[in-house]
Amino acid sequence: MAVPGPVNRYLLLMAQEHLEFRLPEIKSLLSLFGGQFTSSQETYGKSPFWILSIPSEDIARNLMKRTVCAKSIFELWGHGKSPEELYSSLKNYPVEKMVCSEMWFSIADGQRELIESYSVKKRHFIGNTSMDAGLSFIMANHGKVKENDIVFDPFVGTGGLLIASAHFGAYVYGTDIDYNTVHGLGKASRKNQKWRGPDENIRANLRQYGLEKYYLDVLVSDASKPSWRKGTYFDAVITDPPYGIRESTRRTGSQKEIPKGIEKCPETHVPVSLSYHLSDMFFDLLNFAAETLVLGGRLVYWLPVYTPEYTEEMVPWHPCLKLISNCEQKLSSHTSRRLVTMEKVKEFENRDQYSHLLSDHFLPYQGHNSFREKYFSGVTKRIAKEEKSSQE
Amino acid sequence: MKLLTHNLLSSHVRGVGPRGFPLRLQATEVRISPVEFNPDFVARMIPKVEWAALLEAADTLHLVEVPKEPIQGYEHDERFLRKMHHVLLEVDVLEGTLQCPESGRLFPISRGIPNMLLSDEETET
Repeated sequence: MAVPGPVNRYLLLMAQEHLEFRLPEIKSLLSLFGGQFTSSQETYGKSPFWILSIPSEDIARNLMKRTVCAKSIFELWGHGKSPEELYSSLKNYPVEKMVCSEMWFSIADGQRELIESYSVKKRHFIGNTSMDAGLSFIMANHGKVKENDIVFDPFVGTGGLLIASAHFGAYVYGTDIDYNTVHGLGKASRKNQKWRGPDENIRANLRQYGLEKYYLDVLVSDASKPSWRKGTYFDAVITDPPYGIRESTRRTGSQKEIPKGIEKCPETHVPVSLSYHLSDMFFDLLNFAAETLVLGGRLVYWLPVYTPEYTEEMVPWHPCLKLISNCEQKLSSHTSRRLVTMEKVKEFENRDQYSHLLSDHFLPYQGHNSFREKYFSGVTKRIAKEEKSSQE
Repeated sequence: MKLLTHNLLSSHVRGVGPRGFPLRLQATEVRISPVEFNPDFVARMIPKVEWAALLEAADTLHLVEVPKEPIQGYEHDERFLRKMHHVLLEVDVLEGTLQCPESGRLFPISRGIPNMLLSDEETET
């Protein structure tokens, strides 16, 4: 591999958090700003220091305006394993380029303070599974969200992912099957609070951060039965679907089914409580993204996995969508979730809806329909073990 | 619900297909909410708009000064873009209904939020 020239090399100081997510975030952002990821470094796994070639300082600055994974960036004038190596490396750097200015030590800092300012602790409207602020920005970056984009979240909940996209200048849509959450009604998720107040809804969350102008609309809608007309108008679909553990997976059902404790949606009394098989949900999500994303648009979503059985082949597949990255975050000893990023590379034709039903790629994920049972089986085993050992 | 949104929504009642668009709008409460004008965003939206549906909805709401079609060089025409900005983003239907033109099924809008839920029997598979 060609060693990059002495000029245009930068040293990135990375945050030591969400380790696996860092490389896809930096790659996505470089691609967004017209650069390409080139480096002579072999491993990015654990090190906080990355050496990159970036074609222009503009691109480097744009990168830093968006990243939450990188803390700072420095022009790299030389480096080596020993003082002699460092000295000769520095000698190769053109003296006229060594500009001493206020930016001497650091050209730009990354956006990690966003994590504090957008912290869920301070947010007016939260739900049981509101996304950690840092991860929501990483998701928006994986989605290459940019100004004037339209971003859609089909499982919007309390709108956390929309906030991150709106912060980067995108206009946002959300839908959710839960009437009360979309309207900001019902029981609060915050400890010590019983009912949600009037300023608790998705629009109010955006208003809290001065982002209300990016609010387009939210709708009560079943993601398995979308109501959008035929066409491509979303630049990104960024979402955290329910896994059936802390929030239930649901879709609308039939009036004929005998409901036991079935809820009916206020207003229209449509029965809402059939469990949505996880594999069906991802099938619908990928199909929906393939149909409504613009070409080059991205789908970013969390896929829950039962780690002992996980293989890469389980990641759902679609002929119109190319897999960009797949990053793991551990949830428990035997479960994790993976942040999957896909890019639309082919226009959607109707027949694509069926082709991957037949594909073996898709079937392995069927096992994950029992994700909920597997998750809880681990928990009940542990509780039984603890009880047993406390009795001994 | 903004008129941009109305322009993107369709009924998914079983058997209806493309005849589920556009939904017939009926409003009992409308609010004009000012939104910061962003010409670049509005210009991006123009090619996505189904104009006949927009005009029909605007007419129902008795809006005036709605351009009948995109004009040549609209990307740089601030007057045109401001009018479209107002129609698409600043008119908010708070209470009303959306009706499937083919089946007659009603979808309520309350507090500005449309409810598009359909039961199993009603939807296409």
